[in-house]
Amino acid sequence: MSQLTVPTMAEMTANGETPEVLFWVGCSGSFDDRAKKITRAMAKLLTKAQVKFAVLGTEESCTGDPAKRAGNEFLFQMQAFTNIQVLNAYNVKKVVTTCPHCFNTLKNEYPELGGNYEVMHHTQLLQILLDEGKLSIEGGKFKGKKITYHDACYLGRANGVYEAPRDLIAKLDSEFVEMKRSKAKGLCCGAGGAQMFKEPEKGNKDINIERTEDAIETNAEIIATACPFCNTMMTDGVKNKNKEGQIRVFDLAELVAQASDL
Amino acid sequence: MHYLPNVLFALLLLTTVLLFVKQAGKIRRNILLGRELDRSDQPKLRLKTMFMVALGQSKMVKRPVAGLLHIVVYVGFVIINIEVIEILIDGLFSTHRVLSFLGGLYDFLIGSFEILAISVLAACVIFLLRRNVLKIKRFWNREMTSWPRTDANIILTIEILLMSAFLIMNASDSILQSRLVEHYSVAGAFPISSMIAPLLSDWSTDGLIFLERFCWWFHIIGIFAFINYLPMSKHFHIILAFPNVYYSNLEHLGRLSNIKEVSNEVKLMMDPSATPPPADATPPTFGAKDIADLSWKSIMDGYTCTECGRCSSVCPANQTGKLLSPRKIMMDVRDRAEEVGNNIDKHGKDHNDGKTLVHDYITAEELWACTTCNACTDACPVNNDPLAVIVELRRYLVMEKSEAPKELNNVFTNIENNGAPWQFPMADRLNWAKEQE
Repeated sequence: MSQLTVPTMAEMTANGETPEVLFWVGCSGSFDDRAKKITRAMAKLLTKAQVKFAVLGTEESCTGDPAKRAGNEFLFQMQAFTNIQVLNAYNVKKVVTTCPHCFNTLKNEYPELGGNYEVMHHTQLLQILLDEGKLSIEGGKFKGKKITYHDACYLGRANGVYEAPRDLIAKLDSEFVEMKRSKAKGLCCGAGGAQMFKEPEKGNKDINIERTEDAIETNAEIIATACPFCNTMMTDGVKNKNKEGQIRVFDLAELVAQASDL
Repeated sequence: MHYLPNVLFALLLLTTVLLFVKQAGKIRRNILLGRELDRSDQPKLRLKTMFMVALGQSKMVKRPVAGLLHIVVYVGFVIINIEVIEILIDGLFSTHRVLSFLGGLYDFLIGSFEILAISVLAACVIFLLRRNVLKIKRFWNREMTSWPRTDANIILTIEILLMSAFLIMNASDSILQSRLVEHYSVAGAFPISSMIAPLLSDWSTDGLIFLERFCWWFHIIGIFAFINYLPMSKHFHIILAFPNVYYSNLEHLGRLSNIKEVSNEVKLMMDPSATPPPADATPPTFGAKDIADLSWKSIMDGYTCTECGRCSSVCPANQTGKLLSPRKIMMDVRDRAEEVGNNIDKHGKDHNDGKTLVHDYITAEELWACTTCNACTDACPVNNDPLAVIVELRRYLVMEKSEAPKELNNVFTNIENNGAPWQFPMADRLNWAKEQE
């Protein structure tokens, strides 16, 4: 496989170029081994669609989402102001991100602090690229495969994005099956609000197990996710249920990339 | 002596109104103990939301059984109150069925009230069965202690009694009308009470007059008492639901507020040339330790809470056995506001009872179980926002007390030092591009 070419904002600016869109990778997408695959799938898709994109690379820093939701407003705003300085210095207009938490924070919480960008979630951008014909899905790799979709809270309930991910699954020509709790009624994977980084409080079950059971009930072969944290939680849930042979967890970017033979 | 009933009625009415104004005034005072929050923007959208969610019950019907039954009780309650206008006039001026000059329209109204009354009665019986016989889980959670359960049963029982009194009154009235008793002029249509009337046909005229008067007084005194029960009960939502929805959060649910004072300090740290705040400005408490640190809207949320438990039944933490229950958060806010209010009444404005909302009412374990998924805020039929309270209390624990769980303190340190919740160097951020599957 050919080496990915991922230009940074610094390089592009040095060459006097302006990207159409900044790909905000996020901490999970940068450091988590599983999530890095999602990042690479997205980068390949952007390249294939000939979208002129760039990343911040080593200039990117946590949006501050987990700090804010854990109550550390100081740390959040330190991160926010620093990131906004960087983004504004590069005159960024459009941002796409594979993480709904980054998406929500950049889109809803940065404007008041001076960061105004058009922020898209990657499922929204992929939907546009497919609709415009800049990407295409051929060969029917997923034809007849049963896929279910787990709504990420920060994409769905928090921002009302329910259709873009479902539209992508429809475009895969697969057999889509909804979980009993979906869209506004979707159950959290258990990672939000900085829970990802701590042990759960005492209870009688882990939230990701409860959610994985919803997914298993659908008899789907693939659980599609749109958030790196949901991906981790659902993957762990499937492992816990010893269903790794039957069910696989993929991000929608990975599914679209696989369907496009990338 | 002739005017005794009228005077008695007028006194009762006056007492009812004064007592209610006093009680509602206290709740208003308690709500305004909260911090300022500007929710005066977008009046058109606010009105529309109020029209849909409060008046139109759009979120109630998401659970069709409870939703439709609730609409029956709600519509019944609102429309039957037209009848109360007539009762008030009759009571004050010794008239009988003063609106009967409306003729056919009057017959139609009384007939509709009867059909609504029997529907309300049936719905309340079903509600009682759901709570006490079917024992639907959300009505029996940990926070549904003896008083909240009793409160719900009292409300339903009062409604059943009021509707029964109305129907029995009409039944005896219709017999008295057919016996051409003086004062009981022929008026009204009685589709439901005509089925009760045969049971009373053997009664003497005096007995029927007594029964009719008894039900009439029972009905109106019941309503007067009920009005003053509202401020002590979750049933206050029939009033507060409207302003509460009007002033609800119109932003995307995912957006949390940015603390202004923090912005000022962070700006100052990043740019020393920025204007510092005046030296005499009082340093704010970050987050909320008690009622007065919450916004007034959060306290109004508490007073509007109907304890229906839809929030907790969709909460991922609550469903998996954690201590957190968004309904309890709302109830705790209300109960603490009541306690602080009572302290003010008894001991004056600056009394400190040594208690706080956090710890004494809401524990850290509850707060740290929240995934901020917004299922609770989405589910609330009166647009309450338990998450706003949870975040404010977390802010207090973290920024004022440094009492975050240890793992989260590590996350904070990592974000501060290397810009990620994990301990990876920033220089490795682009490694993903070089690695191959």
